[in-house]
Order: sequence, then structure tokens, then C-alpha cells
Amino acid sequence: MQYPKLIKICHWLAAFLIIGLFAVGFWMVDLSYYSEWYHEAPAQHKNFGLVLFVVMLVRLFAKLILKSPPPIGAKWERRTATATHILLYLLVFFIIFSGYLISTAKGQGIQWFNLIEVPALLTEIPEQADLAGAMHKYLAYSLIALVLVHAIGALKHHFIDKDAIFKRII
Amino acid sequence: MKFLTQTAIALCLVSGAANAANYIIDDNDKGAHAAVNFKIQHLGYSWLTGRFNDFEGHFSYEDGKLAESSVKITIDTASIDSNHAERDKHLRSDDFLAVKNYPKATFISTKIEPLENEKFNIHGKLTLHGVTKDIVINAKKIGEGKDPWGGYRAGFSGTTELKLKDFSINKDLGPASQTVYLHLHVEGIRQ
Repeated sequence: MQYPKLIKICHWLAAFLIIGLFAVGFWMVDLSYYSEWYHEAPAQHKNFGLVLFVVMLVRLFAKLILKSPPPIGAKWERRTATATHILLYLLVFFIIFSGYLISTAKGQGIQWFNLIEVPALLTEIPEQADLAGAMHKYLAYSLIALVLVHAIGALKHHFIDKDAIFKRII
Repeated sequence: MKFLTQTAIALCLVSGAANAANYIIDDNDKGAHAAVNFKIQHLGYSWLTGRFNDFEGHFSYEDGKLAESSVKITIDTASIDSNHAERDKHLRSDDFLAVKNYPKATFISTKIEPLENEKFNIHGKLTLHGVTKDIVINAKKIGEGKDPWGGYRAGFSGTTELKLKDFSINKDLGPASQTVYLHLHVEGIRQ
């Protein structure tokens, strides 16, 4: 049994966005003031971070509504996989939320592709931008570490166990 | 901490300037009639301005007795405010003020040199970003007198300029943005 198409699309969109956002985020914080990307990279990081938020919301609802294939593997593998999946979801949402809190710390909203203003809802928490910034960074490192575990697990099932786990999502 | 500060101020008041009257700066714990503002060129095309919201200080002053006058100000570097959350975060980071390591900036006057027309030069030591340098503030008295609530106040303004590199702030903002200009507006309440 395969994952429903909507869940597959959301999974790979999220994977692509998460890796891209991490790479851009890692690179953009050290840009010099005179780099032509100094403003553009953070702006696009925010734009696509919010795209990821929408994808993740759709994905969460799809997961709750649509039927996923039954888990494969030993009990400990199934438990580890479930725990990893839940943690991946939580980390992604916390990272997006902390990023939002950096940009909106002083009450300025985020201009999403210059089309929609995402309003600042939580502001003026003491040291908000700094705390949210530290959270954003370390949670992102944690997420990427977990993504590696997730990917290695999937590849192990595909190439070593030769079961159907990986094929269900592609 | 508050008690310690007050004790320290009281000691300064007793020991320091014997004749000049002592004033506490009207900071934002009180009525906020004082400001530590700065400006720096942006790309050479315009001025970016901002301020430090949290600071405290005291001075002693007596008209005509500038030799006995002095001033001390302590600024919370983390309170920098340029009206832009992401820039302020960057200014607090290790690229600029490194406020985790250097939470305070202080100015302590060493000598006040009178000029004409209620103007004077305040020589003193500024500690910023862990570096202490001698600077001169070009100051001017704005006015002094009784306030409507039974107190007595005196107010001054002053300007000075700092090269960021002199204080080991090495992030390069471009050739037009090497110097930051400080504009101080201080009102003191006589004790």
C-alpha cells in the first residue's frame, strides 16, 4: 500500500524546502553587508519558510484525515519511526514559529512575497529576537541531525532490508 | 543591586565633588528626560539613527565651578534600539556590541574644560565593547532652575564621535560608516 498522493507531494515538498532553507540560513548569516544577497537571502528565507508552514499545515491535516499504510518492521523499529516522525513535525513547527518571532519581535509584520502581510502577534517579550534566534538556530541543527537519522533509516530499509518502506512514499 | 548603586552614588556625592551640587539623571526609571542617541551613515547616502533606552547616571555641577564638576553614565548595551528587530539583534550580537560579554558601557569624566557661552569639553574615559578610550564630549548647558514640583533641575546636551575600530568593533559597514556620532541629552534632578 502506498501513501496517498497528497501526503507524498507534501513530504517531498517539505523535504526540499527544509534542506534548502537550512542551506540558505546557514550561508546567509555570514554574508557581508555589501553582498547583493544581504537583503534578498533573508527575505526569500522568510518567504519560503512561510511556504513550508502552509505545506506542513496541509500535510498535518492530510495525515489526520487520509489513511496511511500500516507500519513495517520490528516493534522497536516501528516505535522509533513513529517517535522520529512526531519529533520531525514538532521541530519543523517550532523552527518556523521561532523564525517568525525573530522578524516580528518589534511589531513589524512579515511581507509574504510582498502580497500578504503576516501580522506580528507576539511582541516585546524580553530579549525576544535573541532568544527566538538561538532557538531557531539550535532547533534547526537538531532537525537536520534527525533528518539524517530519518534518511539513513529509509535507505537502510530500502537497500539492506529490501522492504517496501521507501517505495510507499515515492 | 539598586541599593549598591545608590550607596555608590551616595559615596561619590560625599567624597567626590565637595562643593558642586549633585544631580541624578532623569532616566527611564524616573521621568525619562534624558537620551543617549546615536547616528551613523548608511552607505554614505543617509543617516541611520537609534538610541540606548536603558542607562543611568549622575553628575555634579555648579555654575562657575566646572573644575569640581563631574559626570558618570552607565549604559545597558542590550537596550540598543534602532526601530528594527532584526538589525537590533544583529547590533547586540558578536558582530557589534557583543552584549552577552559586554553588557555595560560606561563613561566617567576625568576633567571638564570650560569654553565660552556655557559650552565646555568633558574629557573622560569611555568603556565600550571591553575597550577603554579617552574621549572628549562637546557639551553645552541648556538651562537650570526650579521645576514645578519642588525640585531643581539642570540640563545639558553633548556630542562626541567614535571610530568603531577604536573599540574593536570590526564588522565592516563600508568606508562611509566607520564613525558613529553620539548625541546625549541629559537632565539631572538635584539631590
